[in-house]
Amino acid sequence: MLKINNLHAGVEGKEILKGINIEVNAGEVHAIMGPNGSGKSTLSSVIAGKEEFEVTDGNIVFAGEDLEELSAEERAHKGIFLSFQYPVEIPGVSVTNFMKTAINETRKAQGLEEMPASEMLKKIREKSELLEIDRKFLSRSLNEGFSGGEKKRNEIFQMAMLEPKLAILDETDSGLDIDALRIVSNGVNRLRSKDNAVVVITHYQRLLDYIVPDFVHVLLDGKIVKSGGAELAHELEEKGYDWIKQEKVSN
Amino acid sequence: MELKDKLVSSFFAYEDGLDVQSPLHDICSDAIKKFDEKGFPTKKEEAWKYTSLNAILKQNYSLFPKAETGLEFKDVMRYFIHDIDSYKIAFVDGRYSSNLSATSHDGLDVCLMSSALSKPKYRAIIEKYFNKTANTEDSLTALNTAFLKEGAFINIPKGKIVDKPIQILHFSTGKEPAMMLQPRNLIVVGEHAQVQIIERHQSLTENPVLTNVVTEIFADKRSLVDYYKIQNDNPGASLIDNTYISQEKESHASVHTFSIGGHLTRNNLNFYHKDERVMSTLKGITIIGEKQHVDHHTLVNHACPNCESHQDYKGIYSDRSTGVFNGKIIVEKEAQKTNAFQQNNNILLDDKATINTKPQLEIFADDVKCSHGCTIGQLDEDAMFYLRSRGIPTKEAKALLMYAFANNVLESVKIPEVKARINKLIAKKLGVNLGFEL
Ligand SMILES: Nc1ncnc2c1ncn2[C@@H]1O[C@H](COP(=O)(O)OP(=O)(O)O)[C@@H](O)[C@H]1O
Ligand SMILES: [Mg+2]
Repeated sequence: MLKINNLHAGVEGKEILKGINIEVNAGEVHAIMGPNGSGKSTLSSVIAGKEEFEVTDGNIVFAGEDLEELSAEERAHKGIFLSFQYPVEIPGVSVTNFMKTAINETRKAQGLEEMPASEMLKKIREKSELLEIDRKFLSRSLNEGFSGGEKKRNEIFQMAMLEPKLAILDETDSGLDIDALRIVSNGVNRLRSKDNAVVVITHYQRLLDYIVPDFVHVLLDGKIVKSGGAELAHELEEKGYDWIKQEKVSN
Repeated sequence: MELKDKLVSSFFAYEDGLDVQSPLHDICSDAIKKFDEKGFPTKKEEAWKYTSLNAILKQNYSLFPKAETGLEFKDVMRYFIHDIDSYKIAFVDGRYSSNLSATSHDGLDVCLMSSALSKPKYRAIIEKYFNKTANTEDSLTALNTAFLKEGAFINIPKGKIVDKPIQILHFSTGKEPAMMLQPRNLIVVGEHAQVQIIERHQSLTENPVLTNVVTEIFADKRSLVDYYKIQNDNPGASLIDNTYISQEKESHASVHTFSIGGHLTRNNLNFYHKDERVMSTLKGITIIGEKQHVDHHTLVNHACPNCESHQDYKGIYSDRSTGVFNGKIIVEKEAQKTNAFQQNNNILLDDKATINTKPQLEIFADDVKCSHGCTIGQLDEDAMFYLRSRGIPTKEAKALLMYAFANNVLESVKIPEVKARINKLIAKKLGVNLGFEL
């Protein structure tokens, strides 16, 4: 589904991603772990099409298509979703209206009719129940005055509404208490199927107890330095990242 | 002949129609003298540094257009807020149009300036209020006063809560190649009375129109006045709006100005506090492009203790459009415990668009809270990426962010239908259909 080949990317001449290779297949969950500043958010932004970053080498192929020429909105229309580490506040635009616009613009791009209002309402009800989101919350301005946890839960609500093929969750666990973590993980797990894939970015093991990954990759200074199964996350939790840094040096 | 000379000489013809005995005659002839002495403002004057009238004054305006009667309500319905019940005072080419209007003398007066000026029963009120708050030193105001003829007269007696909004519409038909209009409105709101007013100037063709309007508003004790100006005229139309508001004790007055259309728009909005615990609200949204120009000059004169003023103006400029915001706040020595706030935020969407923004604070009291802030920026890239990553195309994403940016101003609009209309006008201006109203 997603194939990242030797990806180099940066901003204003500064290289941040230094040759990344990852392959994610339908039905899989991948975790990318790494210390602060290692390039995790940059990687997710580049996949989602943030123009600020320049790809200097390599490429990203999604569902058989090179993403290079595609804008952020076109990538979304093809089924890529990014849950933001720092969601943006949009005063005056309610969560519901925002979702309606996002869904209908996506449908328009896919050559579909607008979603009938009744179906939209039903879907909103269903997904907000899944994420235990109060109705009143949905008429509030998007992210404005939301707590850190509310913002993250709202991101997953959006994901549930948009039903993407590939969901990238950038530190969705930060700011969540244990109950919210359970609710959010439940929401993500409900989306999992043999047809879609999830990339979970985190620097804690905690979330991976709920969303169990098939593969774990360690990102250090813009490179994947180690990959393994779910057990690698536990190892990292115990030993920290220094262990890998040393291993890397001794290699 | 230059427009100034043409105006001054045609005053004498116009003067023949005035009653020389009436005190109004003196007011008008003093006013034309003032205008003759000062002329049109030029860029040499500080207050007109960024707004040049030169180009629009070159037109050969007809000053006394012929009566136009062919206009029917269905032709112009869309310029009214037509989905609410309202009083209406409509003018076509400067003359009252009875078939477009719905006036009243039932418990309040929603009628014409010309009848207020001529009928003896209004003499006292005219003497008390007419030309009393308008700045007689201002040349454009004086010019309007000199040609005093027609406009809206609204008189709300003590304690009256007006049951529906009042709409004032000034249409120009474009029957003349170029036309100058000078409506004069007088609004007197009695003690404890409440009223909502919507004003709009609309030309029906692309022919040049220059409107120089003066509106005087008196808000008596504890009255509540909400005024909405919808400025979305054709590209040939220019507007100079001079509004003067005088507020008595504990009155609340607000003016929202939505500047979207038109060629050149200058708003001179002046608030004067006459007693304590007055509240004044001045808000605006400007969204312009191409070569449009909108200039907001505001003045709040805090002359009494314990008063408040809130100003919030948002501007979005694209192409080669230009904006001006000059917010003057005077806090006189007596005006202790004044709270005066001013905010002006601007987004420039193109390199060629410009905004000149300037707070002008003159504070003579020592126990006051005043704050002002102005920003000039672009749309936030991170926010754009956020919206686009949800599948919202660039144009719609921009529009959403502009709505978000202007939202504070829309929030305080108290008539839902006005808010909905402004939303529509903004969406149209931005060329988007978001599928919902904010
Ligand atoms: N827009 C930017 N401009 C300059 N440097 C950036 C920008 N975005 C990220 N960086 C830098 O790239 C590196 C990786 O950042 P980031 O991808 O946010 O890391 P992580 O998400 O792993 O904490 C950091 O050194 C950061 O300062
Ligand atoms: Mg990050």
